[in-house]
Amino acid sequence: MLIKKPSDIRSSEITPKSLYLRRREFIQASAAGVVAAGFAACSEEVGAQGGGLPKLANLKKGSPLSTTEMPNSYDHITSYNNFYEFAGGAGEGPKQNSKNFKAGNWKIKVDGEVAKPAEYLLEDFLKPSMLEERIYRHRCVEAWSLIVPWAGIPLKDVVDRVQPTSRAKFVKFYTLVDPSRFPMQRTDLLPWPYVEGLRLDEARHPLALLAVGLYGEQLPAQNGAPIRLVVPWKYGFKGIKSIVRMEFVEKQPLNTWQQQAPNEYGFYANVNPMVDHPRWSQARERRLPSFFANTRTQMFNGYADQVASLYTGMDLRKNF
Amino acid sequence: MKRITVLKVLVFAAALIPAAALAVGFYQVYYGIDFNALTANPGDYITDQTGTWTLAFLLISLSVTPVRRLTKWNEIIKLRRMLGLFAFFYGTLHMLTWVVFINSFDPGFMADDIVKRPFITVGMATWLTLFVLALTSNQFSIRKLKRKWQSLHRLAYLAGIMGVIHFWQLVKADTTEPRRWAAALAVLLGLRVWWAVRKRQFLVKGGKTSAVAR
Repeated sequence: MLIKKPSDIRSSEITPKSLYLRRREFIQASAAGVVAAGFAACSEEVGAQGGGLPKLANLKKGSPLSTTEMPNSYDHITSYNNFYEFAGGAGEGPKQNSKNFKAGNWKIKVDGEVAKPAEYLLEDFLKPSMLEERIYRHRCVEAWSLIVPWAGIPLKDVVDRVQPTSRAKFVKFYTLVDPSRFPMQRTDLLPWPYVEGLRLDEARHPLALLAVGLYGEQLPAQNGAPIRLVVPWKYGFKGIKSIVRMEFVEKQPLNTWQQQAPNEYGFYANVNPMVDHPRWSQARERRLPSFFANTRTQMFNGYADQVASLYTGMDLRKNF
Repeated sequence: MKRITVLKVLVFAAALIPAAALAVGFYQVYYGIDFNALTANPGDYITDQTGTWTLAFLLISLSVTPVRRLTKWNEIIKLRRMLGLFAFFYGTLHMLTWVVFINSFDPGFMADDIVKRPFITVGMATWLTLFVLALTSNQFSIRKLKRKWQSLHRLAYLAGIMGVIHFWQLVKADTTEPRRWAAALAVLLGLRVWWAVRKRQFLVKGGKTSAVAR
């Protein structure tokens, strides 16, 4: 009823937006087709939500690379996370354990096989590029998914700027090591620092994003503040958080989860419904906040048209 | 009313609290009172909670005998069947979350899961064990099976072990919780082994077995 009112009274003034958004998601997801039809035409302006963090200036919206699916609520995206530096599993742990996290004067080092190795203050690192909003599907290897309105700069911009040498074949990313800010780094839960990698052509793909924001605001700590990788056609663990170093290398890096369990997690980690995780099926996913894992997982998380050509001739079963 | 009857009623009510909490959470989400009542991943949360309580009631029921021996409070044995049945109750809810939330009732998906994924295989075996134990938990079975009943119900130890393995199998990296369950179970089963060994030594020496030992 609230939603049908004409635009003189904004529905957000009646009910907190995060609440009624969640209700619709819930009904659509759970009650199958019963109510969904009536809501199908609804669309909400992204950016009306947020968590009270500083807003990002000059954010370019309306990217053709964005999905038209409705993003999950801010609350969802920021209270259901995997961030092993803060907590050993998916859920509210990272949010609770990151309350005192301060990014401070964040620096990023770019080195290895590049013409211009350097260390940048985050703001200088971002300055030459235009901040863009990108609404992407996010598919976790644990078979749940969300729609997330990220804000960031194309990774390609950075790669081109630092001029990789002819020997550079991969980019290796490192998360900050600081047990005073990342409590789980005091344990040996995972080998620290968390490391991820992309092939150079993957890093140059227009979809690959270095995200610094969410819902038009600065990225909250639990989502990888102040800067993280977003590669929407790959499983979420490829999206390394709180990046302090990008090293251009000749050899394929050994990413953390591959090191941890090589039979379960590979280097490529492309979303692939045909290749199951040893402990669960990847054919279907749970589009949160639905109770049901009944959404069919799409090849390359639905980005096959854009990225499939990166992998022609490769055995994706072997290179999982 | 007898003291044990009062206790039974209290324990029964307390054992329903976790299920009631989930039901209240579901009500809150469904009617929009609190959309985060069951977290952003409600299906997973309900699966985790019911699984945890299955293990909890299994271990609680396995601690009845040790408590009885250590405290000489014999009446506590009258709570054991109910506690075991609650393990079956939560185990059944847990198994149903897999049927409904994860596999949407699809028999093909479920068969695939049981065959391909060891942690589901073990989980299902645990549930079947609990099912057999629940089915034979009545007086009729006890009378009918006689001495075999006790041997059969030692399967509760196996269910405990399989339950902990099942938990361990599904963890990605942080084994803290399954370690704790394994430690608790090791104490409960270790005590029984210790007592059995002592009893055997006692019998070898020509003594008589304690009436309480079982």
